[in-house]
Amino acid sequence: MKTVNQPIMKKDAMALVTGKPVFMDDKAPKDCLIVKVLRSPHANAKITSIVTKFAEKVPGIEAIYTWEDVPKERFTMAGQTYPEPSPYDRLILDRHVRYVGDPVAIVAGKDEACVDQAIKMIRVEYEVLPAILDLHKAKDQLPLVHPEDSWKALCPVGADNKRNLCASDESHDGDVDQVLADCDVVVDRVYHTKADQQAMMETFRTLCYMDEYGRLNVLSSTQIVFHVRRILSNALGIPKSKIRVSKPRIGGGFGAKQTVVAEIFPAFVTWKTGKASKMIFTREESQIASSPRHEMEVHVKVGANRDGKIRAIDVYTLSNTGAYGEHGPTTVGLSGHKSIPLYGTPEAHRFAYDVVYTNTMSAGAYRGYGATQGIFAVESAVNELAAILKIDPVRMREINMVREGQIMPAYYGEKANSCALDRCVERARQMIGWDEKYPCRDMGNGKVRSVGMAMAMQGSGISGVDVGSATIKLNEDGIYTLMIGAADMGTGCDTILAQMAAECLNCSMDDITVVGADTDTSPYDSGSYASSTTYVTGKAVEKACMKLERRIIHQAAKMMELPEDEMEFDGTCVCHEASGKKVTLQEIGTASMCGNPDALQVTESSSSKVSPPPFMAGMVEIELDKETGQVEILDYVAVVDCGTPVNPNLARVQTEGGIVQGIGMALYEEISYTEKGQMKNNSFMQYKVPTRLDMGRLRVEFESSYEETGPFGAKSIGEIVINTPSPALAHAIYNATGIWFRELPISSEKIAMGLLKKQ
Amino acid sequence: MKITLTLNGKKIEAEIKPDMLLIDFVRQQGCSSVKRGCETSNCGLCTVFMDDEPILSCSILAARADGHKIDTLEGLQEEAEEFGYFIANQGAEQCGFCNPGMVMNAIALFREIPEPTVEEIKEYLAGNLCRCSGYEGQLRGILDFMEYRKNGGAR
Repeated sequence: MKTVNQPIMKKDAMALVTGKPVFMDDKAPKDCLIVKVLRSPHANAKITSIVTKFAEKVPGIEAIYTWEDVPKERFTMAGQTYPEPSPYDRLILDRHVRYVGDPVAIVAGKDEACVDQAIKMIRVEYEVLPAILDLHKAKDQLPLVHPEDSWKALCPVGADNKRNLCASDESHDGDVDQVLADCDVVVDRVYHTKADQQAMMETFRTLCYMDEYGRLNVLSSTQIVFHVRRILSNALGIPKSKIRVSKPRIGGGFGAKQTVVAEIFPAFVTWKTGKASKMIFTREESQIASSPRHEMEVHVKVGANRDGKIRAIDVYTLSNTGAYGEHGPTTVGLSGHKSIPLYGTPEAHRFAYDVVYTNTMSAGAYRGYGATQGIFAVESAVNELAAILKIDPVRMREINMVREGQIMPAYYGEKANSCALDRCVERARQMIGWDEKYPCRDMGNGKVRSVGMAMAMQGSGISGVDVGSATIKLNEDGIYTLMIGAADMGTGCDTILAQMAAECLNCSMDDITVVGADTDTSPYDSGSYASSTTYVTGKAVEKACMKLERRIIHQAAKMMELPEDEMEFDGTCVCHEASGKKVTLQEIGTASMCGNPDALQVTESSSSKVSPPPFMAGMVEIELDKETGQVEILDYVAVVDCGTPVNPNLARVQTEGGIVQGIGMALYEEISYTEKGQMKNNSFMQYKVPTRLDMGRLRVEFESSYEETGPFGAKSIGEIVINTPSPALAHAIYNATGIWFRELPISSEKIAMGLLKKQ
Repeated sequence: MKITLTLNGKKIEAEIKPDMLLIDFVRQQGCSSVKRGCETSNCGLCTVFMDDEPILSCSILAARADGHKIDTLEGLQEEAEEFGYFIANQGAEQCGFCNPGMVMNAIALFREIPEPTVEEIKEYLAGNLCRCSGYEGQLRGILDFMEYRKNGGAR
């Protein structure tokens, strides 16, 4: 392959490294209104009165809106395909505020200073209600986070607002209880992962303005332009045809921008006032009122024979969706469906869950989307099982891991048609020197070096739901335009989709211009999430290019007045070998613009009935200070099977980035609340994301399988890479200390206290 | 109040509010490479040079720039392109939002320590957060850039 599987530089790379004005706020007009919101100081309260008349008198204030001014139809802010599994439980502004940070009033004015001043002058009286802050105290308990009758669930996800339930379900294969009773050993453990922030460097932000056709234009830092259009239509109660949503370059997303966090407020202001407005979240707002990872408590039982064969896995997940249900019913599913299938041996499995409402910030989509939480639990349980059985954890995986060709009952019965997990584990073992280093070495200076491991999987798009599309057209100079609705958020999808197009059309990367995403001009795409873009949209690109090639040949045949089936296209010319006649691509493009009724433009969509999992193995070597509990990462090796890596450079950097984000989750990052529900970690002072001094050395390799249903054999890479650090580090810390830490983050303090207690 | 400063080599005079931050001033002057990632001096995105020294423009008043020389990436395009190529060549620019601050600080690093060790690179740039790349690709790019300079600027 000439362009696919090549480490090609991203098309936007040089603009980014030289700091060109390509992000939303770089493009906003200087005179647009500034939009901010007044936020609730209470975790659960009813607004009894709200007085805005003094605030309105602040010079420069354009408008102030309260719950009385907004539509009364509930909606969800979750960027999902309609009908959304997330319940319709939101209003733009609600009289009932449900977490510290819930919006109380929208204020728009000519500059930040007057808006800040006006916000301080709004007088609000609250009836403060008791709040639920503990996920254990929510289901079937009072108070109700959503007592209102206007709450509704569009899909049968087991939601019931009168029980504080956002979702609930159970699925199984075989009789788990019976098999567990028959096992030689059963580990029965509870693991707890906290909410974490995506902490992308660019906070949430949106610019809105009315265009010359009286339509609301929304330029937003979003992964999901089409879902934003629908959600704004639901929220504002205006037709979708009146809304256009597009995205500029995005300063990182990681799923955060798969929820409509910022868009609604400026959209409401611009729709009401007719004036351009923008809302830019502060980092504090991004921390306290956004869409972080769901806190989950995962109860795992793994049963095995004495020889190490795993016979049954039982998983129950309790997930905390917070005050609203964005992505609540779907993230939880991955905690079982993308952890249990890592093992091919069980005779039986069961997976059950409850997702509860509490009075904390609503959770959302974050890279890994529940799989991260479930894999921490299941992989930790398997490591604990190996320790009990005194079997090398790598050997434990060799005995039990899923193999190519196996049916995965816990993964919707899909078959692992492309799976190099065995090769990933073996290669990672060699790279880190597992056999020499496992389990630990005392360095004699109060420090211990140890190793830990984990396996992981994810999906490639949402099977039977996600739609990816591509439009490709030939221009008169022989250059193609590729239009997509997928969103490049730094991942490089504009580039890798262009690589696929260049490969299909046998041209150079410079011959493909990529445009997207814009609801007015892009073909429909669900958006960039669920590890879907390479696999789903990539397939659409492949289909569209193949069809365009046939059109090009057809056009050439017309020009040469020769039979179409005797023509060949080599990327620059269509040739008729027998006669030696040929026409160039430029000639074809030019001719197509004169007296030609056949468009040299093709749109194709793709949607897959399967979601082939990428697989990987991660192994880490740490040095742990027994006195302080400090963990230093010496070496992290990751071997990934993402099918064909379309761009090995970008796949590698995705992997490295995901691992470091995962290290943050495992060791440092935590959202925690005071007993009044106020977040303690509302800035980068308190919420510590890893710096370049915290990640040690990363080494990434690929062991590729070939996925027949994917474009050029590709699966996905974006999410899986965050899944191994938590279980691998917990494992290494156990091997250094003899203590299993089952709650994240595993801070130095927890380790030091654990060691103290052990002594 | 009125301030006079040299911004990217151009002498300018401006009327500002006394509480205006330097980041907001330079962005208002069209230097939109300067980004805000936090409000607590933790992320390094807003790095600019004051009298050739890297500073965080979110933590300094524009008034303090009066009489000084301020440089942003807009004024260092050649250096940004030369160095940035190596970051881009690794795919380590990713979303790009943190790039200008990191590139500014890397330029400062090489002016201060022409041949830094890996430890020196990590320490010097420790205040430049990046959430996408995991830093390893940036390090590869920086080492490639050093190799290129050692070879007299041949790629």
